[in-house]
Amino acid sequence: MSQPLLRVEGLRKAYGDKVVLRGLDLVVEQHEVVCLIGSSGSGKSTLLRCLDLLETVDDGSIFLDGREVTDPRVDAREVRSRVGMVFQSYNLFPHMSVLDNVTLAPRTVHGVVRARAEEEARALLGRFGLADKAEDHPDRLSGGQQQRVAVVRALATGPDLLLLDEVTSALDPELVGEVLDLLRELAAEQTTLILATHEMAFAREVATTVCFLDSGSILEQGPPSRVLSDPEHERTRRFLRRVLP
Amino acid sequence: MADWSPSPRQLERESARRRLDARSGTVSAVATVVVLGGLLALVLLSPGWPRVQETFFSPVHAREALPLIADGFWLNVRMFLVCEPAILLLGILVAVTRSTTAAALLPLRLLAVGYTDLLRGIPTILLIFLACYGVPALQLQGVTTSFFWLASAALVLSYGAYVAEVFRAGIESVHPSQLASADALGLSHAQAMRHVVLPQAVRRVVPPLLNDFVSLQKDTALVASVGVVDALLAARDYANFNFNFTPYLVTAVFFVALTIPLARFTDWLGRRYARRERAGVR
Repeated sequence: MSQPLLRVEGLRKAYGDKVVLRGLDLVVEQHEVVCLIGSSGSGKSTLLRCLDLLETVDDGSIFLDGREVTDPRVDAREVRSRVGMVFQSYNLFPHMSVLDNVTLAPRTVHGVVRARAEEEARALLGRFGLADKAEDHPDRLSGGQQQRVAVVRALATGPDLLLLDEVTSALDPELVGEVLDLLRELAAEQTTLILATHEMAFAREVATTVCFLDSGSILEQGPPSRVLSDPEHERTRRFLRRVLP
Repeated sequence: MADWSPSPRQLERESARRRLDARSGTVSAVATVVVLGGLLALVLLSPGWPRVQETFFSPVHAREALPLIADGFWLNVRMFLVCEPAILLLGILVAVTRSTTAAALLPLRLLAVGYTDLLRGIPTILLIFLACYGVPALQLQGVTTSFFWLASAALVLSYGAYVAEVFRAGIESVHPSQLASADALGLSHAQAMRHVVLPQAVRRVVPPLLNDFVSLQKDTALVASVGVVDALLAARDYANFNFNFTPYLVTAVFFVALTIPLARFTDWLGRRYARRERAGVR
């Protein structure tokens, strides 16, 4: 029997007294595009950070390809080398060129020789319209370009799963489109994506599953056509009334 | 939370984590004992050790020299306490002067630049010589001829230049948008400096400042070079008279006893600052 790519069971995370995730369950199959929606503070970002093992969970388990990665004996770096993550604030390394940003992990973590890593990085940058930016430093790029580079950087190691934490929230409205176009392309290539987002139109178009998070657990999930157009729960309806135009 | 108790899996995980912690605790203990024990053995088994023990580690001489050194060390402490506030004041004044923009203040700015450039370039011990031997020779009315105060002035001038640069780095590290916000609120340059820039700058430079003060504590021993009886000179007197170097080690212990708490305090402040800076950044 084949395992789902990702299985989350009863995930719990608290910061002091504040419980952010309370017993959250989620299954993600290969090639799925899962959109996490919900108001700020509902636990979307914390969930993504837990999935990348950037946080130590307080209870519950995360299984990647059937293997529990929340076990303290698991090497977190090995897990992270299979999972890519992109942050809201790009977090590119300002002292490196775009090319070095993209090739850093392939060279240092995966032991790819520089020439090969750069060749692959240039190909990837080229595919997403960033070929002429390879030698620039991040501060020469627009926000949208920086965020696209951040996505390329996360893709460069060939992750099985890409986590995206509100990657368009810090961008000017006219720059959001170029990043969403890139994500659309990734979805079309059947990359497995989990993204926390406020872009409902994008979720409706691209997501295979939409999860509505409310105070630390998934209140409602299903195909966008159902969750976004005909939600079961009053809370979901109220949230959608506020965010949908 | 009342509605939650850890699952068996979580309890198992926590005990596994404890076992991992215990294992790394053992590894660090063993590593420490091996390294430090090895170094100690190297010293104790060296051919010259009995001789060194006699001349540097004599309990008799340590006891006998202790009161003399303690008296001398009290002078080091007093000098440090006098110099430190004066250095802070001078440093901040020079740094703020350098960051002014008013046209009329250009001569002051030039003076400030000249001061930091010149005084950082002169060895501190040379400054102490100049202050203690040069100033009294001028035979000025009303200027002290006490070596304690002249040497203190030399230390203040020397360290003031360093500390001014530390403050200036702090001032320049405050993001320009902060100054723009202050400007937008109608604050004058001086008001912006006083209420917006300096408070942020000072907080940021506390760790490097304390680092300079650890260094100052030791450099008070430079006054021994002009014959002021501090801990070092007291130790040298005793050592020369008795042909035993134990007092030097006793003096070192005095200085270390003062600098280590300050160093730990610096670490603690630095960590606290780092935590605050990161607060809210995810």
